[in-house]
Amino acid sequence: MGLIRRGYVAAPGIGVVWTWVIALTVAVTLAFATGGAFRPSGLWSLAWGAALGAAALHGRGPAAVAAALMAGAGIAGLGPLQTGAAAPWAAFAGHAATAGVALAGTLRMTRGLAPGALTRHEVEAALIRLLTGVGTIFFVAIVLIPFYVMVMTSLKNQAELLANPLDFSIDISRGWALFRAYGELFRDFNFGTYLWTSTYVSLLTVILTLLFSIPGAYAVARLRFRGRAAFSRSILLIYMVPMIVLALPIYIAFSMTGLRNTILGLVMIYPVTTIPVALYMLQGYFRGLPAEVEEAGLMDGLSRLQVIWKITLPLSLPALASVSLYVFMIAWNEFLLAFMLLDDPSIFTLTRGVAALDSSEVPRQNLMAGAVVATVPIMVVFLALERFMTKGLTAGSVKG
Amino acid sequence: MTDTIPDGDAPPSGADRYAAAVAAPVPPAGTGPLARREARLAWGMLFPTLFIVAMVVVLPLLAVFWISFKPVGLADLRPPEVVMREDLRGRPEAPGDAAEIRYRLRNSSQDAEIRGVMLTDTLPPGLEVAGPVPEPCTLEGVRLTCDFGTVEGGWRATVEIPVTVGAAYLDGGDVAASAPRLTGTADNVLTNLDFTLDNFARVFDGGEFWRTLGITLFYTFFGTIGAIVLGLFAALLLDRDVRGQGLLRGLFLFPYVAPIIAVAFTWVILFDPFSGSVNALLIQMGVTAEAINFFGQRPFALIMVTVFAMWSYFPLCFLFILARMQSLPDDIYEAADMDGASPFQKFWYLSLPQLMGILTVLFLLRFIWTFNKFDDIFLLTGGNAGTRTLTVNVYEQAFAVSNIGAGAAVAVVIFLCLLLFSVLFFRYISREEGL
Repeated sequence: MGLIRRGYVAAPGIGVVWTWVIALTVAVTLAFATGGAFRPSGLWSLAWGAALGAAALHGRGPAAVAAALMAGAGIAGLGPLQTGAAAPWAAFAGHAATAGVALAGTLRMTRGLAPGALTRHEVEAALIRLLTGVGTIFFVAIVLIPFYVMVMTSLKNQAELLANPLDFSIDISRGWALFRAYGELFRDFNFGTYLWTSTYVSLLTVILTLLFSIPGAYAVARLRFRGRAAFSRSILLIYMVPMIVLALPIYIAFSMTGLRNTILGLVMIYPVTTIPVALYMLQGYFRGLPAEVEEAGLMDGLSRLQVIWKITLPLSLPALASVSLYVFMIAWNEFLLAFMLLDDPSIFTLTRGVAALDSSEVPRQNLMAGAVVATVPIMVVFLALERFMTKGLTAGSVKG
Repeated sequence: MTDTIPDGDAPPSGADRYAAAVAAPVPPAGTGPLARREARLAWGMLFPTLFIVAMVVVLPLLAVFWISFKPVGLADLRPPEVVMREDLRGRPEAPGDAAEIRYRLRNSSQDAEIRGVMLTDTLPPGLEVAGPVPEPCTLEGVRLTCDFGTVEGGWRATVEIPVTVGAAYLDGGDVAASAPRLTGTADNVLTNLDFTLDNFARVFDGGEFWRTLGITLFYTFFGTIGAIVLGLFAALLLDRDVRGQGLLRGLFLFPYVAPIIAVAFTWVILFDPFSGSVNALLIQMGVTAEAINFFGQRPFALIMVTVFAMWSYFPLCFLFILARMQSLPDDIYEAADMDGASPFQKFWYLSLPQLMGILTVLFLLRFIWTFNKFDDIFLLTGGNAGTRTLTVNVYEQAFAVSNIGAGAAVAVVIFLCLLLFSVLFFRYISREEGL
């Protein structure tokens, strides 16, 4: 700890880590964008990062000079970013970006550091700034890369993908031909129908779930009866029973009664998987509502059911919205039951349809296009109503 | 209603009344009519939910227990029955031609017997029986009855009845139109009282079970811990006023909101050994000399599915931890600042102890749910390359090996593990009222 509390150790250290992370980030970004052979160099990152960090201790001017030298050295092939045989403009952009972001970040992170001895606070504050920067890049990268690959793969064709798996650049001049995989999905693979099936199955699930769980949640939250505590506990217990354990007997029962391979069977099962979640979320919310309003309603001659309809439900619209969203999401994303119960391609849900694309005969851009078609609607709904979603999730449901 | 008013009649005098008023609120003994009505209403409102949950959760659970003791395969789901085809042989062309009505029957099951097999049919108009009816059939007028009694598994029989064709038949008669009736009863292996412990013997056979359990525990434990650590880190990043906080929060939830099937296939393509971007990137950066088969090679596959679990469930942990962080009181941090605590000290000595509750609850919940997880591994590796967890084993036994009984036995084992976890969970959660 003693050593790191010297400005000449801490600042170059921060410079090295940050420069290497930026070189890696720029290399991956450019490789994914152009397919070029970009890679970070650990050794040069060490050298240039240390220089940049040390220079940053002496102010913006020296640091800017160090960064400029770093960019120049990069073009000469001696910088933290190795560009190989990439296109000159891409290489130039890469070196400029690496140097620029490394400079800005290092200056910011080493702010308040002086060349000599430092206090614990100063070092830790600088480390936290470094961790924040690195952490943000890390999380954004791990979240975005799979979705980027999903979308870009769907726009390319099999031969291009095999030739250079890194080349996700797309040829804009092809225009609508880019979306050929989507056209095929909707024309040859029935995806229009699947989209509609998924939509109405999910909506029916939401409606049925609310119909069952609102009265149940109200009873658990407000009414006094023997066994209430045990009941609210067993809700949680039910929500821990693994689906695969239930799927087996459901499969058997549905096979024997002819409900397998019907949408009706699916609509019968889905709400049951979501009712415990909804019940749990709603009872938490109902408990938080002031009981006085409802009591006032009772005094004024409303019956319990009227109180629920006229007072409780209007007050809990935000909770109903988040529960509906959450249930919609579960039903939309459900895969296991749809996979086990549906065999007939004309009544597939989207997830079942995507699963059917996973065969060696279907090119992978179609599979990825299917994944995009399944993801985009739920993402749009989610982003539009994110506020409800986050609130609803933290209100009590942790199921995943 | 009277029981809510302690003393109705005989108003006492001044001092007594005062004393009574002070000592008054005596709770009614037992349940009054109001309380009873409320309880009735409550049960009425809960009934639909209870009913449907019982139908789809409790009944199947009982069924799983029942099936796990049964020697039942996928093929046994359809009870054995006699299958029959009927046709007219001999291609008659003019009235008076000879022909044969042929019934071909077989037992659909290779090993189960069917009792009381009986065929009844009505001969179509225009066909004259032209000879003796073969055993074990009898003919009364146009009604044909054949009594086969009890037939063995794999039984087959053919009944041929010689007939002379008349003009009425050639005008559009059809032997198959007469709707023959077949009766017969067979044991349904699901409902009879044949029990066996074979399924459990198979499940616990050799080292296979312990290997599966080990894989499951590795996946569950590290998947859970990883998701929580990532979630905690992400929450620390966003627990401050920075620009774009809302944007990042929405972005971090993507892996959780997207359909598992979409992201799982994306991961498979991303890590493909031949045309996956990650392998290309690693080779280009000189990390590895040749492509790694991430989802098809022994140590990597298990690590990768665990990493996938961390990736797809860190958003949830992040959300919960962030919510708890934002509700922590500020004043102790101000006090710590006054005392000169450094940022790391504040995290270690102030934030972490206060977050311990939510972290433990999250750990227990996520542990249970990761233990139960099936789709992820099924889609990523199909349970191959050393990633067969208990849940994947249920599917594998029941559908790939077609032994429903063994699948149910694994399901029972899972359920028992789960009960154990739940006991731990409730013991903890009742202390930690957080969730």
